[in-house]
Amino acid sequence: MNELELQALLPFMVLAASSLVVILLIAFRLSHTVIQISGFMMMCLTVICMWLVRDTLPREIPPLLVIDGFAAFTTGLIVFVVLAVGLFSYIYFEEREENPKEYYILLFLATLGAAVLTVSKHFISLFIGLEILSISLYGLIGYLRNRNNAVEAGLKYLMLAALTSAFLLFGMALVYLETGSMDFAVIGRHVQSSGFSVLMILGIGILLVAVGFKLAFVPFHLWAADVYQGAPPPVTAFIATASKIGVFSVLLRFGQSLGLQNEQLLQGIFSFIAIASMIVGNLLALRQQNIKRLLAYSSIAHFGYLLVAFLPGNDNGETAALFYLLSYSVTLLCAFGIITIMSGTKQDAESVSFYQGLFWKQPILAVVLSVAMLSLAGIPLTAGFPAKFMVLASGVEDSRWIPVLVLVATSVIGLYYYLRVIGILFEKPEEETAATKVLHPFFYYATYTSLTVLMLAICWLGLFPGNVIDGIRQLLQLE
Amino acid sequence: MILIWLIILQLGAGILSWLLSKRDNRLAAGIALTAVIACLLLTIQLFARFRPSFAGGGQWLMEYRADWIPAFGISFHLALDGLSLAMLLLTFFLGALAVLCSWKEIRQRAGFFYFNLLWTLAGITGVFLAIDLFLFYFFWEVMLIPMFFLIYIWGDTRRRYAAIKFFLFTQAGGLLMLLSILAMVIIHAGQAGRYSFDYADLLNTTLSPGTAKLIMGGYLLAFAIKLPVVPFHNWLPDAHGEAPTAGSLILAGLLLKTGAYGIIRFVITMFPEAAASVSWWAMLAGVIGIIYGAFLAYGQTDLKRLIAYTSVSHMGFVMLGAFSFSEMAMQGVVMQLLTHGISTGALFAIAGMLKERLHTRELGRMGGMWTTMPRMGGIAMLFTMASLGLPMLGNFIAEFFILMGAFQASVPLTVIASTGLVFAALYSLRMVQKVFLGPPSVENITFDLDARELVVLGALSVSIVLLGLFPQPVFDMITNVIRNLNHTYE
Repeated sequence: MNELELQALLPFMVLAASSLVVILLIAFRLSHTVIQISGFMMMCLTVICMWLVRDTLPREIPPLLVIDGFAAFTTGLIVFVVLAVGLFSYIYFEEREENPKEYYILLFLATLGAAVLTVSKHFISLFIGLEILSISLYGLIGYLRNRNNAVEAGLKYLMLAALTSAFLLFGMALVYLETGSMDFAVIGRHVQSSGFSVLMILGIGILLVAVGFKLAFVPFHLWAADVYQGAPPPVTAFIATASKIGVFSVLLRFGQSLGLQNEQLLQGIFSFIAIASMIVGNLLALRQQNIKRLLAYSSIAHFGYLLVAFLPGNDNGETAALFYLLSYSVTLLCAFGIITIMSGTKQDAESVSFYQGLFWKQPILAVVLSVAMLSLAGIPLTAGFPAKFMVLASGVEDSRWIPVLVLVATSVIGLYYYLRVIGILFEKPEEETAATKVLHPFFYYATYTSLTVLMLAICWLGLFPGNVIDGIRQLLQLE
Repeated sequence: MILIWLIILQLGAGILSWLLSKRDNRLAAGIALTAVIACLLLTIQLFARFRPSFAGGGQWLMEYRADWIPAFGISFHLALDGLSLAMLLLTFFLGALAVLCSWKEIRQRAGFFYFNLLWTLAGITGVFLAIDLFLFYFFWEVMLIPMFFLIYIWGDTRRRYAAIKFFLFTQAGGLLMLLSILAMVIIHAGQAGRYSFDYADLLNTTLSPGTAKLIMGGYLLAFAIKLPVVPFHNWLPDAHGEAPTAGSLILAGLLLKTGAYGIIRFVITMFPEAAASVSWWAMLAGVIGIIYGAFLAYGQTDLKRLIAYTSVSHMGFVMLGAFSFSEMAMQGVVMQLLTHGISTGALFAIAGMLKERLHTRELGRMGGMWTTMPRMGGIAMLFTMASLGLPMLGNFIAEFFILMGAFQASVPLTVIASTGLVFAALYSLRMVQKVFLGPPSVENITFDLDARELVVLGALSVSIVLLGLFPQPVFDMITNVIRNLNHTYE
């Protein structure tokens, strides 16, 4: 490994070091606040490192990793998500009795796992990344072990994730049997020269089961709602954004290097999964009374939309997918931030009726949540609109009419439940609740501010997506 | 530059009145009124400035263009021609009256109310001005969200149902339109080698007849839902009935007009052949709307729903005229847009005033109002007459022109459509009889119009009479538009 390769790896090493730093800090019995702040610093350091090494990209680190513009974007997004999640975690866990310090070790490990996924170009690194991510997530989901739902959710995730790891390995083995390599590029060349054999398709199909589980595609979505509900809101935010970004980016990379979209049968499978996810996700979300479950089903639908951008397998589709991931993450962070900030010491603010009349009590929070909902619904002025627009454009450009039409029809269905939530925010408040004491003014207001900033980011992305799109295209070296 | 100021002024005033409303409700209303009247004055000034050049010159009287998302060839492109000028005059006129109507009605959360009102108006302004299709779609949605809030928060008992239904219907159409826009842009990109959402560029796209029909279908459906054309009219009575007075006024007076505007500006201009091939069916849908709307209006017991159904009927004339491809009918259509906005707006304002006094919209609980409120009765009579198409009032000119024009296109349809005028007389007179004539209802301690209401209804009355007596300025305004349309007919 030469110096340049080491440089390119720097951000990832900082990321790995951050969980070690947290362990050390715990050993020295430092307080939650210190850990929180140093964690924040480490994440910022990661971002700075990425900025410093930007000129050395793209760089391959054979045989496992490749660090290119695409990886830089997705890793950056993941780190950005973790920054916000860390902030939400502070007020959420500080109000609860459990010792929150070990939480950060797991959080940063999971981040590392997701980040490794974005740079992997080899089955081994894919598997390592995925396992680091999943194993940390078991702990994170069940972190508040005194709660009923938490243990259930953690166990559910554990069982299914273990099962899908087995699927993943089996799929990899089948592909390896056929091609004799685990490197995406080599597999891609093999496919180019000798096409997709039955064994190959079978292997990839089994791989897809594992990936589909992580991304909660229909029909592998059964865990999603329970886990979203049982996990603490900051963790749910992490699962819904960072972990899915990691897995989706490896799917994109894998798809690009193999040209999965050119194979008739696989294309059919992808279309089917996309359509099923859009329909099932939106329909199941319609009658949910629990906002975390509602967001779980809505995120199933959103990854269905994302698959529509994946289907064409071209540059426009990739740009659209990355922009969609960005806008989706910012939006979901807003939504989960509100849930976190509204949650009391005893219970999470889960029930939709909890938010009734929020606009007249806390207008800023309500506006943030409304903007987030509108953005999820894809209404102009918010980030969701250009995102959905680009996905539609890439689908139409490739004449994928059936998925595109399903996308349109299901967005209308989806609009209903987003509007329902927004409507509840603007209802008459039920009764005057006594203002609760703000426990940690600094972090509380920091969260408040960051939510407002996130909301402004949503609007900015919605109004002026041009710069960001250009940025993405430059990173992907399309221009 | 003035064009963009029209939009910014309203958006800014909306935010301002929201922020300042904590202190004083009246202040919020005052800011809203000032902003809309300023826009109205600006537009009148534009009218005066361009009056000599309506007949000559290029397609646009005025343009503003800035890059927005260059990667996709999307620009912030606004342009004004006679048609948009006419619609803008109507927008700000009715907008100012809508603010005046809400002066007393809205007591709670007035700041947020005026914020939504102004943002809806800004969206409508944008729809009438945008000639970049992405921008058009953008404004098309922007006007919906605040309208949703207007109905959802300040509406009547069934407001939630009505608001969500309204939004879902329009959004379904809107997304299909977005698909059509995208398909067209991508076909254009295939021919021209670059993305562009610009109206002028897309006009030059060559489409095969089959594709053109499909793409036009997407547009037409969006506009037909908005207009509304039977069978897509289902959202309208609920939304109109439950909305607060200002909401109903803007819905009926302006939002429906955006559908008609879209048909004229996009469907007929961009896809003349495809539109011609479905014209008979479109005219049939219009005629069905005229008759069916009139029948339903006659059967209503709720005053606001009754007026809502009359809109369905009157918008049938727009559909009939727009698809008859004759110059005269098109003049009538534009006239109909203006006069229907004024007359139905006035009827909704009156219904709102009645509701403020009686706290009901049920016809059964009204009656004999003329004795206590002669002024309101008189004005209501005037607008009922306008609505049923009495000569001297604007609606007569509009419907007469439409029927004349449509007669050349299809005799049987026009004959059936003409009977709509008779039905209009039936439901209108029934309404006047139930509300103002007959034995007085029990609790009859009501006050006649106060000065503010008199200003609102007076302005509407004067304008409907003026349009009826001197329609020529309107026709002058759209000479150029009609001439361009004539080129496409040939």
